[in-house]
Amino acid sequence: MARASSGVLKKEDRGAVAQPVALVRPGETPNDASPVEQSLYEIRKKIYPRAVHGWFAAWRWTLVWATQLMFYGLAWLDWNGRQAVLFDIVHRKFYIFGLVFWPQDIIYLTVLLVISALSLFLFTAVAGRLWCGYACPQTVYTEIFMWVEEKIEGARAARMRLDRASLSSRKLALKVAKHAVWIAIALWTGFTFVGYFTPIKELGVAVLATTGLAAQGSVLGPWESFWILFYGFATYGNAGWMREQVCKYMCPYARFQSAMFDQDTLIITYDGARGEPRGARSRSADRSSLGLGDCVDCGICVQVCPTGIDIREGLQYECIGCAACIDGCDQVMDRMGYPRGLIRYSTTHAVEKKLNRSQTLRRALRPRVLVYSAILGTIVIAAIVSLWLRVPLKVDVIRDRAAIAREVEGGRIENVYRLQIMNTTERPQRFEISVEGLPGIVLEGEAAVALAGASAREVPVRVRAPQEGLERGSHRIHFVVRAPEADKLSVREKSIFIVR
Amino acid sequence: MSEFTSSFWDFYIAVVSVVSIIACAVFLKMQSVRRVSGTETETTGHTWDEDLGEYNNPLPRWWSWLFYITVVFALVYLALYPGLGSYAGLLNWSQVKQLEEETARAEQRFGPLYDKFAAQEVDALAKDREALAIGQKLFLNHCAQCHASDGGGSRGFPSLTDRDWLWGGTPEAIRTSIMEGRNGVMPPMGTALGPQGTKDVAHFVMSLSGMAADSIRVARGQPLFAQTCAACHGAEGKGNPQLGAPNLTDKTWLYGAGEATIIETIEKGRNNQMPPHKDLLTPAKVHLLTTYVYSLSRPGGQ
Repeated sequence: MARASSGVLKKEDRGAVAQPVALVRPGETPNDASPVEQSLYEIRKKIYPRAVHGWFAAWRWTLVWATQLMFYGLAWLDWNGRQAVLFDIVHRKFYIFGLVFWPQDIIYLTVLLVISALSLFLFTAVAGRLWCGYACPQTVYTEIFMWVEEKIEGARAARMRLDRASLSSRKLALKVAKHAVWIAIALWTGFTFVGYFTPIKELGVAVLATTGLAAQGSVLGPWESFWILFYGFATYGNAGWMREQVCKYMCPYARFQSAMFDQDTLIITYDGARGEPRGARSRSADRSSLGLGDCVDCGICVQVCPTGIDIREGLQYECIGCAACIDGCDQVMDRMGYPRGLIRYSTTHAVEKKLNRSQTLRRALRPRVLVYSAILGTIVIAAIVSLWLRVPLKVDVIRDRAAIAREVEGGRIENVYRLQIMNTTERPQRFEISVEGLPGIVLEGEAAVALAGASAREVPVRVRAPQEGLERGSHRIHFVVRAPEADKLSVREKSIFIVR
Repeated sequence: MSEFTSSFWDFYIAVVSVVSIIACAVFLKMQSVRRVSGTETETTGHTWDEDLGEYNNPLPRWWSWLFYITVVFALVYLALYPGLGSYAGLLNWSQVKQLEEETARAEQRFGPLYDKFAAQEVDALAKDREALAIGQKLFLNHCAQCHASDGGGSRGFPSLTDRDWLWGGTPEAIRTSIMEGRNGVMPPMGTALGPQGTKDVAHFVMSLSGMAADSIRVARGQPLFAQTCAACHGAEGKGNPQLGAPNLTDKTWLYGAGEATIIETIEKGRNNQMPPHKDLLTPAKVHLLTTYVYSLSRPGGQ
């Protein structure tokens, strides 16, 4: 039976559970045991994951380096004389290298979220919790923090011994050192994170001025300090203390991933048919004569698990798919001279039907995966095309509502509009405004406006048209705003012209 | 809470709030253990898909701390901030005070910018692009609803782009119009003049600005005008900026030209109001707005 957990029971467990439920009916006290008091909240059992080396551990570390170099490094890059990636919430502009996003571009954020969600669905359907195991910040920072812990407190057994030991000056020194390093990493993470929202170099100067390391410069604002400490605390708390509990109790993904799993999803699988019956034996013993399977029951797979589960009991919702148990088991198999892969990435079908590698991989191309890929591909292409064709000029036409239509000299009708012109390039531009759509329609007054880079201006304009031949009511007209110096910068925006 | 005549509701709210928070804590404590019998597998008793059950396992201990923290937070919050009836809280915080503080901070921040402009005369400032840009923003926010975005006005709301001023076009007059508002009243003359008299006066008024008019009616209307209208509009119909009485000899018509409109004006009178803005705008802002309005009828700053 699967390990007792608060997750939904697997189908094969149902017999085992249905039994006691049927025995105890409401209002009926079983007479075989006297009632005992039980706490509804349990104290967490601390997990001491054993460090592991191998193919998947190398991949995990590669991704730790890749994601963290990007996260810590990107904030310091410059582009066009400003920070390359900056989410300037105060001025409502997001800079990502050459692109400047305004609030009107919120659709791209939506698209990004849709792409992220669909990617997650696709990866999950194909190979389970790849995100959790390799790229999720919770995993990555836990990995970093555990590395620090191992360097300072020692390996698994030493850490367990240290925690059991009574307080001594050595224990105190080790704990203080560990938390000091953790807090340093956490604060740097908080600082970097805030550095994506307020220019990081100015933020750095402000931090130095606030902490007294620099004599001059403006100090940190209250919110900047708050968010640096907040994200620092979140990093320290989640990666140092909460760890697997974030995945088990807080993360919704663990709970809805079963909707994307099926029998052909690659999961971390223990090959029970090959491993059982498990048992210890000497390296020279002949396992077939002892009647044992390949599993030597060394417990390495349990010791390396960051969520503290036993993968040999089957797929469990706690499994984050980090593949540490695969690396651990492979090492033991090598030492025993058995083939690798007693624990491996495989699918339920593959294990059941004993499929080989290529048969398993062919099953990856099933309708679910194809549909996810098609939708994802379409949205990605649409997003790229849309970004490519994006005109860095936006115009909103706002018709004056109070002054509907004026009669002016020469038997003409005048309407007044406000044009909100937004120059979303980072260079100053000169724009020409014209109007079209009615015979003899003209723009009165100044028809050119100069705007600084990444700025907006509201321009009131008067439009006149001869009344003769025009019916009373509204007429469709178009404003054209174009920059004569830049071909691409041209926007045609519709509005109405009212005659009364 | 001033609408309540007794302090009953203050106490009622305070007692209900505090009692329910404490009750939550007691309830939490009571519900953190349960009596179980035997050692069989515990399930929640829910069943899905005919026979799928759900284990009922304990939550982590820190989870219950989160509940207790909310209780502590609620008590601390109620001590610091207003929440218990009319009790103002230890911080003495209120929305109005926060607004006042923020306004004061903004004044402090933008004050020097406005001070720089406030020191200059409107005439000189009307050539300053930066000042005009701020003035335009203020105009679009506060004035454009009636006077239109270009300042050209509409029926009943005067155009600010011509040199024809109802109340005078000097910077001082414009400033007074913005600060104090204006109320231009033309009394109804329909009963005093009678239908024929009204039409005669209308034709005389039309002749003043050179519109085509019935010469007999013009001749009949002239004495009536001198008698009824000249007090405000002047003997020659040139208007009086002291009263906001429009000049009738030019081609600017607040309510539109034409016999029918002029007859309606004489018959029923007009009541035109510009609201005062001194409570809405600081003197520095009014100065910039005055400059912008002044500049509207002087394109290029002549």
